[in-house]
Amino acid sequence: MSIDTKTAARVAKLARIKVDEADLPALAQEFTNILGFIEQLNEVDVEGIEPMTSVTPQRLFRREDVVNDGNQQDAVLRNAPDAREGFFAVPMVVE
Amino acid sequence: MSELMKLKLAEARDALRSGKITAVELTDASLAAIDSSKPLNAFVHDTSEIARAQAIAADERLQAGEAPDMCGLPIGIKDLFCTNGVTTQAASAILDGFKPQYESTVSKKLFNDGSVMVGKLNMDEFAMGSSNETSVYGNAVNPWKVDDRDLTPGGSSGGSAAAVAAETCLAATGTDTGGSIRQPAAFTGITGIKPTYGRCSRWGIVAFASSLDQAGPVTKDVRDAAIMLEAMAGFDAKDSTSVNLPVPNFEAALTGDIRGKTIGIPKEYRVDGMPDELETLWSDGTSMLRDAGAIIKNISLPHTKYALPAYYVIAPAEASSNLARYDGVRFGQRAKLEAGDGITEMYEKTRADGFGAEVKRRIMIGTYVLSAGFYDAYYNRARRVRALIKRDFEQVFSDGVDAILTPSTPSAAFGLGEMAALDPVKMYLFDVFTVTVNLAGLPGISIPAGLDSKGLPLGLQLIGRPWEEGDLLNTAFTLENALDFNAKPNKWWI
Repeated sequence: MSIDTKTAARVAKLARIKVDEADLPALAQEFTNILGFIEQLNEVDVEGIEPMTSVTPQRLFRREDVVNDGNQQDAVLRNAPDAREGFFAVPMVVE
Repeated sequence: MSELMKLKLAEARDALRSGKITAVELTDASLAAIDSSKPLNAFVHDTSEIARAQAIAADERLQAGEAPDMCGLPIGIKDLFCTNGVTTQAASAILDGFKPQYESTVSKKLFNDGSVMVGKLNMDEFAMGSSNETSVYGNAVNPWKVDDRDLTPGGSSGGSAAAVAAETCLAATGTDTGGSIRQPAAFTGITGIKPTYGRCSRWGIVAFASSLDQAGPVTKDVRDAAIMLEAMAGFDAKDSTSVNLPVPNFEAALTGDIRGKTIGIPKEYRVDGMPDELETLWSDGTSMLRDAGAIIKNISLPHTKYALPAYYVIAPAEASSNLARYDGVRFGQRAKLEAGDGITEMYEKTRADGFGAEVKRRIMIGTYVLSAGFYDAYYNRARRVRALIKRDFEQVFSDGVDAILTPSTPSAAFGLGEMAALDPVKMYLFDVFTVTVNLAGLPGISIPAGLDSKGLPLGLQLIGRPWEEGDLLNTAFTLENALDFNAKPNKWWI
């Protein structure tokens, strides 16, 4: 399948990665090459095969539903690019 | 000093316990060796202060007796492991300056046993790469060199492999999503094991593709791999995919007796363009196992060919989800914003500036294969093919095969920069023999087998049954003894 620049732009938008208009044709070509490689999978007969969800045949175990951590506001905010008054700060979201 | 760095983990452990050497001496020797290995660019964060403090504490424990195997042994930690208060960047600009406020379970277990962290190690950005060339720190360099060219140490655990092969630390942690422990080990003439999925906790390891990622040791030989893997492994309530099984004494499994074991030789692992020396080593390795009393059986793993394309759907899909967290809000870098930029611009600019080209490519491929209208055609199909790849292995194991012998990589290390001009898919092909093992969740080990015509190391891989790392290590130990590989790189960087 050939990926056009419009699709490349849409994928970049979905991934929240800014791509300059001028770089879209090269990106679209890379996608086309990689998807071309992936399309070999169409040769495989997968009729009746369930998609694998877990490689180990075990159910994910569940922890007790209890508080086992917390009260670490400083540690949580320590690496934030912009933390103010005990919160993460971001550009204005609502007018 | 440098004589100490020739020791293996087991030898250093025994010398520490008998009081012949101290952890402080060993750590100083390691730090000095690291200092003189700058041209290799293997170490990217200095932790010498922590190392010295850990070494003093280790000596106290050793003197008191009852010290664990890893006590006092200087090891490097891949930059993918979160280390408390120590910069952890996954070799990415987007995590510039990130200092985790917690310790990954695997590194915590190693430190609890008294291991000494002599530095953080270079790698491909977010472990996405096979040559260490996608690192924000610049590439690590292979200690092996046969002409003017600098060679790749492989990837993604390229720094780990370069550091151990160069004898700057005694062992290192690695992680393996598609071959990232085994391929660098093969390229640098050392040993690396990826255990069964679920054997080591993934908690605190920067996630790439969660259903494939496993931590494991990068070491000088099989005995060291057994010792270090045992220290790293074990159930962890913080990782819901870690498995609650006892961790056996892996070193005790190394008996060298493999009589009656069945070794499978898969016909699909013979690929076009494989160097003759690799073919020869593979058949020599087969004969050695037969001579040791194993039964050799030709087997077929018919879906092998589809492992790489399946991997390049599943791994990017999981990466696109895992790496959504790098948004410039909670940790790492936020891009400089213009007046009027809103939160969407913040996300888009932060991720455009912070991620390198290969990481962006994989995130976007993952986004595409998960997007509405393509999810079934790509992602679900790849997961079905993955189920078939796993079934191939299950069938040969149920037919009585105990382990499978293959080459680790289709060739020896290539020159840095040589792949840059090529299609990214060409680089992906270096993982052709290792990626199946991740998709099936199996343990796999690469050991050095010999040199190619240019004098560069080549590795052989053994693949084992799930949870049978002890048996796998014993087969590898037996083969290692027969191969008797002891070539080492010249220390051109000193």
